[in-house]
Amino acid sequence: MSEPAEAIAADVGSDPALERRVRDTRRAGGLGRFILRRSLTGLGTLLFVLAFNFVLFQLLPGDPAARYRGVRDISAEAIAKLREELNAPLWDQFINYIKDPLSLDALSTFSGESVWSTIFGSLWPTVVLLGTATLVATIVGVWIGIKAGWNRGSKFDKASTGVTLLLYATPEFWLGLLLIMLFSTGVGPFPALFPSGTIKDAGIDALSIEGVINIAYHTVLPATALALVYLADYSLIMRASIVDELGQDYLTTARAKGLMDYQIRRRHAVPNASLPTITLIFLSFGFIIGGAITVETVFSYPGLGLLSVEAIGTQDLPLLQALFLFTSAAVILFNIIADVTIALVDPRIRV
Amino acid sequence: MSVETAPMQVLSSRAIARQRRVRSTKRFVEAFAQHKSGVLGVVMLLVFVVLGLLAPVLFPAEMIEPINTVNNPRMASPSAEFWLGTDELGRSVLALLVWAIRPSLIVGISASIIAMILGTLLGISSGHFRNWFGALCERLTDWFLVIPFLPLVIVLAAVFGQQGDWILIVVLGITAWPGTARLVRAQTLSVEGRPYIERAKVLGNSDWKQMSRHVLPNVMPLVIANTTLTVAIVILSQTTLAFIGLTDPNSVNWGSMLDNASASGAPLRGAWWYLLPPGICVILVVLAFTLIGRALEVVLNPRLGSE
Amino acid sequence: MALLEMRDVHLTYRTDEGPIPAVRGVNLSVDAGEIVGVAGESGCGKSTLVSTVLRLFPKTATVTGEVLVAGEDVLTMKWNRVRAVRWGEAAVVFQGALHSLNPIQKIGKQLVEPILLHDKKSSEQKALKKVRELLAQVGLPARHADAYPHQLSGGQKQRVMIALALTCDPEVLIADEPTTALDVMVQAQILELLTEIARERSMAVVIISHDLSVLATTCDRVAIMYAGRIVEEGVAREVFDYPKHPYTRALTGAFPTIGDPESRYAPSGLAGDPPFPGDLPEGCPFHPRCPDAIDRCKEVDVGLLPAGPARRAACILVNEGVAAS
Repeated sequence: MSEPAEAIAADVGSDPALERRVRDTRRAGGLGRFILRRSLTGLGTLLFVLAFNFVLFQLLPGDPAARYRGVRDISAEAIAKLREELNAPLWDQFINYIKDPLSLDALSTFSGESVWSTIFGSLWPTVVLLGTATLVATIVGVWIGIKAGWNRGSKFDKASTGVTLLLYATPEFWLGLLLIMLFSTGVGPFPALFPSGTIKDAGIDALSIEGVINIAYHTVLPATALALVYLADYSLIMRASIVDELGQDYLTTARAKGLMDYQIRRRHAVPNASLPTITLIFLSFGFIIGGAITVETVFSYPGLGLLSVEAIGTQDLPLLQALFLFTSAAVILFNIIADVTIALVDPRIRV
Repeated sequence: MSVETAPMQVLSSRAIARQRRVRSTKRFVEAFAQHKSGVLGVVMLLVFVVLGLLAPVLFPAEMIEPINTVNNPRMASPSAEFWLGTDELGRSVLALLVWAIRPSLIVGISASIIAMILGTLLGISSGHFRNWFGALCERLTDWFLVIPFLPLVIVLAAVFGQQGDWILIVVLGITAWPGTARLVRAQTLSVEGRPYIERAKVLGNSDWKQMSRHVLPNVMPLVIANTTLTVAIVILSQTTLAFIGLTDPNSVNWGSMLDNASASGAPLRGAWWYLLPPGICVILVVLAFTLIGRALEVVLNPRLGSE
Repeated sequence: MALLEMRDVHLTYRTDEGPIPAVRGVNLSVDAGEIVGVAGESGCGKSTLVSTVLRLFPKTATVTGEVLVAGEDVLTMKWNRVRAVRWGEAAVVFQGALHSLNPIQKIGKQLVEPILLHDKKSSEQKALKKVRELLAQVGLPARHADAYPHQLSGGQKQRVMIALALTCDPEVLIADEPTTALDVMVQAQILELLTEIARERSMAVVIISHDLSVLATTCDRVAIMYAGRIVEEGVAREVFDYPKHPYTRALTGAFPTIGDPESRYAPSGLAGDPPFPGDLPEGCPFHPRCPDAIDRCKEVDVGLLPAGPARRAACILVNEGVAAS
């Protein structure tokens, strides 16, 4: 059979378009531009949060300056100055706000100190707690999810899905309370193994070996409470992703090649299933913060969560707003990281 | 003499539509009944609803007034008189537990309905309108999606105060809508991509008519499933808020029970009868809604197939 | 020597609604260097048949009979041996246009995988070299090994699937709908490629398709499947030109004859749908749609009967000389 020469060449042999596409798969410039674009979008969202914050503050009734009366050592002139600032016409306030949107000078109405230094002072305990909990939850949750999804319908799957659904419905702080009762106080057969509060005993230097161990000792229970609930979420996500991959044709090809079950799972199914899982795990970061707030309260763990609850108790609105801003920025940052990670890992996304 | 013949039954179009709805409802119920987990969820929910309704009958309101319980043993472990023991004020834990059903369910369901309405409106708008309005809706949804849920709720609750459950319902409803909105938007886009919508447009359908008669019925099933799952999240959030102290201090709900338990040292005193039951109730109710929601998703979206 | 031989193969799916027989007694034999086509509509069981060769059917399927690959029965092998036979002795060219390739792995890596799997002594270097040679054989430049599946066209992907099937030098090749979803020019190229491979390597090749015209020109012999059974088989060109079974006649009649204006107006096509395998009619499964059905067809279900030189058809009319040619 004779075919027109162009038809052959178009399909076989030289395909400049394909060659260009293959070469372009990893162009550094493209990635940089992508990150920039994503960051700009993130910034836009942050601006919205700032505006939201501002409006919220203005909705409060009463004399805003009066809130500062509770602060020790604050002089009458300082209060008068604040009152002047805070009662200025809306438009002036807005201009000031634009000039300094982060309200870097904002003072806590409780301590009189800068809200931002307060926040950064309480940051690292939360990082330790959340970092540990998320790490453990990811490792265990993903493993359970893979095993349950791959062996869908098996006893393991039914049992683990039941358990994870239960854990998913559990309030983290309640789990914390339970853990305190069981392993700190010791009820019935359960031993009193772990301390029930704070991050370390007084007098120990946080940066020494002894300090690190002490901190770890205090972190076990709160991190467990969080990790148990998080891993339920991750496990359900991973399982769903694997189940989605089960019906795909490329797995049949893999089986036909003579690969063993675990090879198919490890080399083909799991990498593909991981992509949506990574995205969803990053996106659930917003809920992780909620858990941290309550668990820190239960365990008197001196992180941002405990700070938030104390701020609520003392009606310290500048601090609350700053915390809200901070956590929003963190979530936005994580979303950007999620997008960039996926763009790097998934070859189908042209960057 | 005239012979009267019975007129032949000619069904009006409305009657036909009604018949069709009855048949499809029956089919839906049959399909749903196949999912044991969903049925279990419904049963669990019904138990709670019945108990919640019967609360005043089973445990008269005076039982939980602190004035009346002064003489009761404090934080006592379970006994014949108090099946689940007493709290720090001497009130029967079991009575409190049952009374707490109402606020949880009412707040949970009301807030979710608000979220459903808001989410559906914004979702359809952002999917349907191709102009600045649609873009605005889309931006709003994306922004609110990013904002962390609990901090937002905390800030709103702190600003608007603990003036009762109604504020709580509004606050929770306002923060829960983005998830629904995103789902609805995706569905709207997919429905509007279908050819018959184009034809309807050419025939001169107004925006409103198109959205309400074509898009809405297609979107509703998934929205209902999603809303059920939203109730689960809302109840968890409400419990958390109550625990932190942001809800009406006068209302008895599981979160406030746990707050009181924690404040009066229940964990340190090993008062398991006070700590376990409220948490277990939360878990069961949230689980019920989750199971129902998941079953609904599978039934209403056959593409998802079997679990 | 028959490299692929199927003897009385039955495959039944066990389901909640009862057993569903997808393949009901198929006999097929393919020699080295021979190309055999299997044609039929969707649901006739041809894809299920493919799954028996490499034992890819699900656990809920009950299979009886023998499937011999180079003389060994795949159905009774130990799993170690099955995995060695897979790709090493027999390979399947899946429909490449869809998602038969791992979307997040480079083509080269996917081609190298079976080589390293089956040949313990090989190295990555040697495997890559072989992959480049294979790509050349199927008409693709070597640098396609660095591409991802989504960057290739349908035709290119199909060629990759063919190259993939050849990586371990199998003796039997099954091509499952190799030309579906490709446009006509590309179809012709793919078929030519398959023919070349079969002859050069003396492989036994089976081509599955619902498109009879595709098989008529490429295959030596063709078998027509209906409701899980072969209803006609013979030399490909002759079956196409002179069909004996009413079903085959309907299939070939659905294609207009170019150059014959009359054929465009002649009634063709077949009313109704193929029967659901779990609910087959009594007697001959084709009789409800058969234009030549007589009363006996409702009661009697015949197997393949001789219907001419090197031809068999499962129709009682064939023997009674009533079938038109």
